[in-house]
Amino acid sequence: MKILVPVKRVIDYNVKARVKADKTGVDLANVKMSMNPFDEIAVEEAIRKKEAGQAEEIIAVSIGPAQAQETLRTALAMGADRAILIQTDDIVEPLAVAKLLKAVVDAEQPGLVILGKQAIDDDSNQTGQMLAALLGWPQGTFASIVKVVGDGIEVTREVDGGLETVALTLPAIVTTDLRLNEPRYASLPNIMKAKKKQLDVKTAADYGVDISPRLKTLKVEEPAKRAGGIKVKTIEELVDKLKNEAGVI
Amino acid sequence: MIRDQEIFNQLRDTIRRFVNERLIPAEDRVVEDNAVPAEILREMREMGLYGMTVPEEYGGLGLTTEEEAYIIMEMGRASPAFRSKIGTNNGIGSQGIVIDGTPEQKARFLPKVAAGEYVASFALTEPDAGSDAASIRTTAILDGDEYVVNGTKRYITNAADASIFTLMARTDPSNKGAGGVSAFIVEKNSPGLTVGKPNRKMGQAGANVYDVIFEDCRVPAANLIGGVPGQGFKTAMKTLDRGRLHISALCVGVSQRLVEESVRYAIDRKQFGQAIAEFQLIQAMLADSRTESYAAQCMVLDAARNYDAGNRNVGDIAACKYFASEMVGRVADRAVQIHGGAGYMSEYAVERFYRDVRIFRIYEGTSQIQQLLIARNLIKEFRA
Ligand SMILES: Cc1cc2nc3c(=O)[nH]c(=O)nc-3n(C[C@H](O)[C@H](O)[C@H](O)COP(=O)(O)OP(=O)(O)OC[C@H]3O[C@@H](n4cnc5c(N)ncnc54)[C@H](O)[C@@H]3O)c2cc1C
Ligand SMILES: Cc1cc2nc3c(=O)[nH]c(=O)nc-3n(C[C@H](O)[C@H](O)[C@H](O)COP(=O)(O)OP(=O)(O)OC[C@H]3O[C@@H](n4cnc5c(N)ncnc54)[C@H](O)[C@@H]3O)c2cc1C
Repeated sequence: MKILVPVKRVIDYNVKARVKADKTGVDLANVKMSMNPFDEIAVEEAIRKKEAGQAEEIIAVSIGPAQAQETLRTALAMGADRAILIQTDDIVEPLAVAKLLKAVVDAEQPGLVILGKQAIDDDSNQTGQMLAALLGWPQGTFASIVKVVGDGIEVTREVDGGLETVALTLPAIVTTDLRLNEPRYASLPNIMKAKKKQLDVKTAADYGVDISPRLKTLKVEEPAKRAGGIKVKTIEELVDKLKNEAGVI
Repeated sequence: MIRDQEIFNQLRDTIRRFVNERLIPAEDRVVEDNAVPAEILREMREMGLYGMTVPEEYGGLGLTTEEEAYIIMEMGRASPAFRSKIGTNNGIGSQGIVIDGTPEQKARFLPKVAAGEYVASFALTEPDAGSDAASIRTTAILDGDEYVVNGTKRYITNAADASIFTLMARTDPSNKGAGGVSAFIVEKNSPGLTVGKPNRKMGQAGANVYDVIFEDCRVPAANLIGGVPGQGFKTAMKTLDRGRLHISALCVGVSQRLVEESVRYAIDRKQFGQAIAEFQLIQAMLADSRTESYAAQCMVLDAARNYDAGNRNVGDIAACKYFASEMVGRVADRAVQIHGGAGYMSEYAVERFYRDVRIFRIYEGTSQIQQLLIARNLIKEFRA
């Protein structure tokens, strides 16, 4: 079985995001960029499946600017076998990403696509679901356990208030939650070897997909600054404030 | 020399992340246990940190000296105890084999060193021979196809973990000088080799030093590094040249951490109604620390590039070690000062670093020995 792992280059999770003065988006000039953390979990899960002998090949794919090659190299250093960059400097919305991924799936015929449940830049949480719909494949989203069982997989999902386990036939779509695994650090020798692994660069046109935006961003704003808290003296005072001032209980 | 900037950036980013996410959060635990946690050692092994300077053909990364300097600066941002665990494998413990070993010796030992399967230690210092390393008394006398080793080595880093020692011993007792010394690879399980108890020491809890005692310890003649006796002192000195750049880079890394800790504290701490960072006397300390740290960084990188280009100026390397190790002592002192009473308390990292950095002015050649090397090198140059 082949596993396809889409990875997105996003603002590093340690960076404090700042909104551009004209409110059109987040300022990314000279900001450290890294692989979306949920995608790292996806890569790790794919590698574990391969190490367990349940997959033969891992293909990492990214849609983004030329620098997204670095993100793909990270996936290759962690253990992916080869990579595809669909290069574009445009903003690509989840639907366009899903259409491109569908085209890659048609070409590569993977048995499993493992995606992050969302990217930490736009927090859309849509791509995996859209891809499942476009392909007509079953999906196991927000996975905290992915087990290969017979010809299919069992996915334990983190749902509100508990866990749900679903059985899927393959091919299938999985999106990762935080607790699925703890991604490894790429070993230094593998980082050096990753440079020699195959990385194909394509364009959206190669796949015949129209990626023009369907959405319009009106404005982006920083969250309101939190006012300082207060200290209460007694439990009664706390309960009173929660009830009467905050109105939360 | 950086061989491939893109790959190297990724190496560096990975180390930086590992330092921030794994090593720095484990610092207090290392002190409590007087040991680096086993899972961190395992991760360091899996990441290939034990074999960074071993050539690629033996399974290492073959880092250039400049690359090594950058990586060690990153590692220096965490407690130096972590670096010490991998330090001897990348430096003094293995470089003798890398630089002067025979092809058979390299093929036999280096792959295991690179994989971290073997920890390599360096055994030069003795109770009566420290700075005057050429005066060592440990003997290795040829008997058939084995050398019989007798003597005591002192303050040997990582000795209890070591699978192999790069040992300096006198093969020619009639020659009391450097020419009578040879270097050997001694395996830990050699009969007659015992490792003493860890010494109690000032800083770097978790990284230990021991006496190593040789009593009629038999070492195969095939383990004589380079196969020719009398070359051991030269091997040791060549090893120490690169080792000193490594230590200099480490001092720079630690100084960067100390500056970070100092600035953060100065911005947070309020006295007289404002952050102490607003006071010019605090600013002066921050400025002096940053300036010296940056100067040392530039020196180390310059010397490392020259080293990679084959221009190995012993005096300049000594100047790096001298300046960087003294610099980090001053930076640590200021960091404690900026923290006020808190800087004297063990809850704060600067108290620990203040003790940790003291060793850098002592091992791999004391500051006085570096001064001698710098001056002698100058005088030699001008006399020639
Ligand atoms: C934590 C730690 C780890 C170590 N790890 C190792 C290791 O792994 N392997 C190993 O072989 N050794 C190791 N050492 C030993 C270290 O290299 C020596 O301690 C160091 O070289 C100094 O030698 P010494 O302690 O005998 O001091 P001494 O040489 O006795 O020096 C005492 C003082 O005299 C000064 N001095 C000596 N000669 C002169 C001179 N000619 N002119 C002016 N001043 C002089 C010195 O600068 C110093 O101030 C380690 C030591 C420590 C503390
Ligand atoms: C071991 C120990 C024993 C102690 N024993 C006692 C005791 O018995 N009784 C007691 O009352 N206290 C005691 N202390 C507290 C001690 O007196 C204070 O730690 C000391 O006065 C410094 O105050 P601080 O720690 O709050 O540092 P801070 O005042 O926060 O100073 C932090 C840094 O800012 C600098 N700074 C502050 N203001 C300025 C300024 N205006 N301009 C320039 N620089 C400035 C300081 O010089 C220092 O470098 C003890 C402390 C220790 C560590």
